[in-house]
Parts: sequence; structure tokens; C-alpha cells
Amino acid sequence: MTEEIARPVTIDEITCPVQADCEVSAVKRLSERLYELVMTAPELAVRARPGQFVHVLCGGETFLRRPISICDVSGGSLRLVFQVKGAGTAWLSERAPGDMLDVLGTLGNGFRLSGLGARPVFVGGGIGVPPLLLAMKAARAQGAAPAAILGFRSRSAVILESDFTALGNTEVTTDDGSYGIHGFVTGLLERREYTSVCACGPKGMLRAVAALAERAGVPCQVSLEERMGCGIGACLGCACALRDTDGGLRYGHVCKDGPVFDAKEVVWE
Amino acid sequence: MKDAVRMNLAVEFCGVTLKNPITVASGTFGFGHEYGQFFNPSALGGISVKGLTPYERLGNPPPRIAETPAGMLNCVGLQNPGIDRFITEQIPYLRQFDTAIIANVSGNTVEEYCGMVEKISDADVDLIEMNISCPNVRCGGMAFGTQPHMVDEVVSAAKKYAKKPLIVKLSPNVADIAEIARAAVGAGADALSLINTLLGMRIDVETRRPVLSNGMGGLSGPAVLPVAVRMVYQVRQAVQVPILGMGGISTGRDAVEMLLAGANAVAIGAALFRDPLCPVKVLAELKHYLAEHHIEDVNTLSGGVVL
Repeated sequence: MTEEIARPVTIDEITCPVQADCEVSAVKRLSERLYELVMTAPELAVRARPGQFVHVLCGGETFLRRPISICDVSGGSLRLVFQVKGAGTAWLSERAPGDMLDVLGTLGNGFRLSGLGARPVFVGGGIGVPPLLLAMKAARAQGAAPAAILGFRSRSAVILESDFTALGNTEVTTDDGSYGIHGFVTGLLERREYTSVCACGPKGMLRAVAALAERAGVPCQVSLEERMGCGIGACLGCACALRDTDGGLRYGHVCKDGPVFDAKEVVWE
Repeated sequence: MKDAVRMNLAVEFCGVTLKNPITVASGTFGFGHEYGQFFNPSALGGISVKGLTPYERLGNPPPRIAETPAGMLNCVGLQNPGIDRFITEQIPYLRQFDTAIIANVSGNTVEEYCGMVEKISDADVDLIEMNISCPNVRCGGMAFGTQPHMVDEVVSAAKKYAKKPLIVKLSPNVADIAEIARAAVGAGADALSLINTLLGMRIDVETRRPVLSNGMGGLSGPAVLPVAVRMVYQVRQAVQVPILGMGGISTGRDAVEMLLAGANAVAIGAALFRDPLCPVKVLAELKHYLAEHHIEDVNTLSGGVVL
């Protein structure tokens, strides 16, 4: 009886998200407010595409799940990097190996890997950096020579530098000049040659990056963020303004239509 | 389990048979596609679809969601593709499933409500749920549902066009829910559904600005369950028509509580966002409760609160 009721309608096993009980295998503090959590999640690992996210049920008196982008996949494990912002993410940062997590995934449309060209550049800012790792890995796997430009507030906020360096030329900027190159990612991007851009970070940064890509005449994909409810496109909570093909405004949803969008579609105001 | 064989879960709701009393609430289940990835919607007694309007609605700008203790606020603002696209694109999809389709409709004016009820009456749906209680739209919505004379005006007008059972969905943002319920039933409502969300607000203490784009929004989730149970109880004392009870249900025992207060069937809403399998689990827990208490017919729970 229960089996029959629980049978999903969509049979495509790879595109159909699942609810999985995942065992935490490691939690590590990366910087002041950023944590890395690795969990054993074979059902999710097989589904994970660069730029997708998972929706994690947290304790700490939270009601809604917390959307967290997938940083990396290896074997049957998923690596998540998240920022402690409130009760849910604080609870998550306090997990220990062996703890179980209720996770929905994998969700959303990730980066489109066709059309990246020979020299894609991955531009990340702060907590926007992690989802670019799996994307850069995929670009390299398909024969491209990817590069990364990663921006952080200061030296103490720098994360994942060696992971990116292993995949291609990686430059780090800090707002205060305490590490790497003093300045913003856009300052570097202006002076580089590239065939496409994949970006994730604060909205102001994404807007500036999209403008540079447009001026350079190369395709640009941006990963957006919005307060999220269901995570699967049912509640219509995580609206983001998009330009329709006829120029009109419409609201798409970050969880289902994104989180990755063609920058040309995004209404930045 | 021997008891399960004789257990009756079916509910007659204004002449429509719901195979069980567990439905999903409008605005939380889309048109079924998303949660259909997690369980077969045929498991449900009914599906109330995302609120429909005469034309496509963009909805409100972000942010549309704010978390609250044991719940959430939303100000989605009835984003939907419009009734015509619902009829042509979504009904054929929903009809694959063995479950009742409840079409939730809204309008900006009495005339629009009439037009919506007339149009949806000719479509292949089982029940019409007239939403006079949305807190997130400027015209229509809650403006119609909070004054007895307005309820009477819009429901009596729309009822003339209804060729399917008409459920009127009530707002909890009123002083006397029984008075509103009597007005709706007096105007011809075949059934009532309640509660819609409670009007609420959150303020970001750093920016001093409201968290939601619309300033205010509707509260749902476990936080509202006792308010919903109280209002269903008061409405059951006031009118005889079937009641679809909703507001904060997330377990089988919550559903039993709502039935005991006077509901004939219940709807799961925001709890879906925490657990996509919530309605299936609530149904299993309801069956377990019935078996444990040797109850053969779920209908006998309705209004069974002992005072």
C-alpha cells in the first residue's frame, strides 16, 4: 500500500529529485562564517549537475528548509559550503560525523556546459564561489582551459583557492588588499580574454560582470539567490524579475527556472 | 491489519466523493507537477490548485517569503497563468490522477468572480473554491471576505453562475468568523473552507524595512493551527454545510483535531514545504489513529469534540 502511494509519477530517475537521508562525514570551518560539510549521498551525487542545489531540513527551530549550492561531488559524497546566517545554518555548522540530514535534491537548473568555448572564466564573489568549483571541473573535463577570478572581502574570508588552482589559472582579489590583488573581480575581468562567463556572487557584482561580458560579446550565465520556500517550484516564493522574449517583465523562480540564468534575461533593477 | 479492511475513509463532500479526507491547499501544490515527482497525487482526496484569476497575474516582487516561529509569511500575490491556460494546459494533466480537482478562483470585482465561476463551471473540475480571502492583492481577495454584506453580495452573485458545488474560502482576519460563515451560507455557499492565511508582518531590524516586498503577508504553518481549529469549531456551531478545514496541519493527529473541531475533510499546506511527503504521511497516521481507536468510518470523527 505505502509503496504504491509513494511511487513517483516521473519515472526519469536522474532528473527526478529525491528526498534522501544523508550521513554527515565531515564538517570543517573554512573562514569566519563559512563552513564545509561533506555527506554521504549516493542518490544525490549521481544526480548532481554543476550549479544545482540541495534543500536541507535544519533544526534550530526553523520551519523552512535551507537551500545550499553543491560545491563538489566525489564518489558518492556531496560537498557543501555554506555561510552561517541564522538559526538553520548555525545548526548545520554544529553537525558532527555520523549525524543524519534530511535532504531534497538535486534541484534547479545548473550551468549550461555547452557553448562555454575553449576559455571559459568562472567569476565568484564570497559565498558565491563554491558552486563554481564543480562547474569549472566540468568545463575542464570537456576539454576547455578554464580560468577563475575569485573575490573576497579580506584575507580571512578566502576559501577554496587551492581547489580552483588545481583546475586552472586562478586569481584572487580582496576588497581591502590584504591578500592577492587589491580590488574587485571586475577590474581583472576587464583585462582578460575569455569565451564565456559563469558567475555567482552578490547581485551588484553579477550585474557588473554581466555588463562586461555583454561589452565583450561573450555569453554570460549568472547564479541568483532569493528567499526560498518549497525549493521545487510549487510555492512561487523565490521570484526573480526576468525579461521576456518580447521585452516584457515576468517573474521566474530561482528554484525551478534557475538558480542559473542567462544574464541577458535578468532584470537587474 | 484486520481493521483496515473495514475502514471507511471516503467522505461525501457536497455530492463529490473524496476517496479520503486529505487534500492539499491552494497555493502550496501548484498544479501538481512538482510534488508529483515525490508521490502519486492519486493518493489524495483532492487537490486545490493555485489560485486562478481571469488573466495572467505576475504576482508581487521579491522578497515574497519570510520565515517565522513555526511558520512562514508569504506575499506571492496570486501569480498564475490565468484561467484559460489552466483549463487548456493543466486540467488534462491533473485528470491523469484519481483525485478530485478543486478549482480555486478569484476576481477583482463581483463581475469578475461571476465570470470566473461561470467559466470554471463548464470546465472539467469537481469543485469550485471561491477565494474571498487572499491578503496579498490590492483589489478583491480579502476585501470581499471581511464584511458580511460584501460576502453576501459576491457569493449570491457568483452562486447564480455555479454549475458545480461552490466552496467559499474564508479569511481568518475578521472579528466574528461565525457571522461571515452565516453570510456565505445564506448567500448560497455549498461548503466552506478555512482558514486562509493570517495577516502578519516582519521587520528587518538592521535595515528597519519590512522583510516582505508588500510590507505584510499571510502567515501559515504550525503556528496557525490552534487559530484554525478554533475557527472551524466556531463555524461548525454556526452552519450545517460541509467544511474543508486547513491551517497548520502537519501530522495525522493535527488532521484528527481539525475533524473533531467540525471539519469534514482537511487540507495540508505549508507543511509540504518542509516535507514533500507530508500528505501521504498524514493519511497513514490518520489510518493508524482510526485503527488504534477502532473507528470504522472517518466521518464519525467530524464535529466529535467533547465539551
